[in-house]
Amino acid sequence: MANVVVNPTRMELTRLKKKLGTARRGHKLLKDKRDELMRQFLDLAKRNMELRLKVEEGIKKANTNFVIAKAGMSEPTLNAAMMAPKQSVSLECSTKNVMSVDIPQFTFKTKTADENDIYSYGFAFTSGELDDAVKSLSDVMQDMLELAEVEKSCQLMAAEIERTRRRVNALEYVIIPNTEEGIRYITMKLDENERSTQVRLMKVKDMMLEEAHHYSEKRD
Amino acid sequence: MYRVAVVGDYDSIYGFKALGMETFPVNNADEGEEIMKTLADSNVAVIYVTENLAKEMGKIINKYIEKVTPAIIQIPGIKGNTGAGVSGVKKSVEQAVGSDILFGEDM
Repeated sequence: MANVVVNPTRMELTRLKKKLGTARRGHKLLKDKRDELMRQFLDLAKRNMELRLKVEEGIKKANTNFVIAKAGMSEPTLNAAMMAPKQSVSLECSTKNVMSVDIPQFTFKTKTADENDIYSYGFAFTSGELDDAVKSLSDVMQDMLELAEVEKSCQLMAAEIERTRRRVNALEYVIIPNTEEGIRYITMKLDENERSTQVRLMKVKDMMLEEAHHYSEKRD
Repeated sequence: MYRVAVVGDYDSIYGFKALGMETFPVNNADEGEEIMKTLADSNVAVIYVTENLAKEMGKIINKYIEKVTPAIIQIPGIKGNTGAGVSGVKKSVEQAVGSDILFGEDM
């Protein structure tokens, strides 16, 4: 990796040391965040898969029932039966903060509390199969609504985990090593300067003494 | 107050109307995208989409995947299960972990 050019000064050294401290701390925090997110995500993902299989199974069954219901009735009758639903679903959406990820929390409300309000038609002109079909779909609805919440949370958390992981890696493998490298370079450069000053001073002292006392002439 | 919507071909979704969800029958992906946009901009928190339709609207679904609402959830349509929903779950595990460690072999 190309080395970043740093000025070998004390000020730069202090700055880099501070930066390294921050980077180390950030790295530790982000790593903790990633681990905790991952733990919660795995639980959620398992639940997600469970619900999804259940819902898909339920919808498949309901679809079969609807096909049978449709076979026993004329299309206009069926359309008329479904035209004006009695029931209506709405939901409150709040968000929960899990490790800085906002995940949605849905609370579902139906307009009427009566379970039988899913049959939006008179029983005279519709087949019994339609009742079964609507019932089978209604059975799976609760799970479908939960699936919406869980699956959305999963998607949001997966994206956040990916981002966090990238940050952790960038800190661990790029920022921290580079800063350490810079600090080492500056320390060495400063030490080297220190030594050269020392040597220069000694030399100057020798020369001055020589001038004052003429040691070399006396030795001869 | 948020609403729940179902988008897909008519045969797959008319049953949901009886349960009180709002159904939006569409014939092709273009209509689907149009409806999806209007729904997402209004106060719809959950949109169920049939897998067949979702397959052709990947772009717009991905656009909303990082927003808190709407949650776009794929459901199997009347033509059967394409497995897109399950692979969606696997995809998010893969995105988070790097490889699918949960549902690798057994599913």
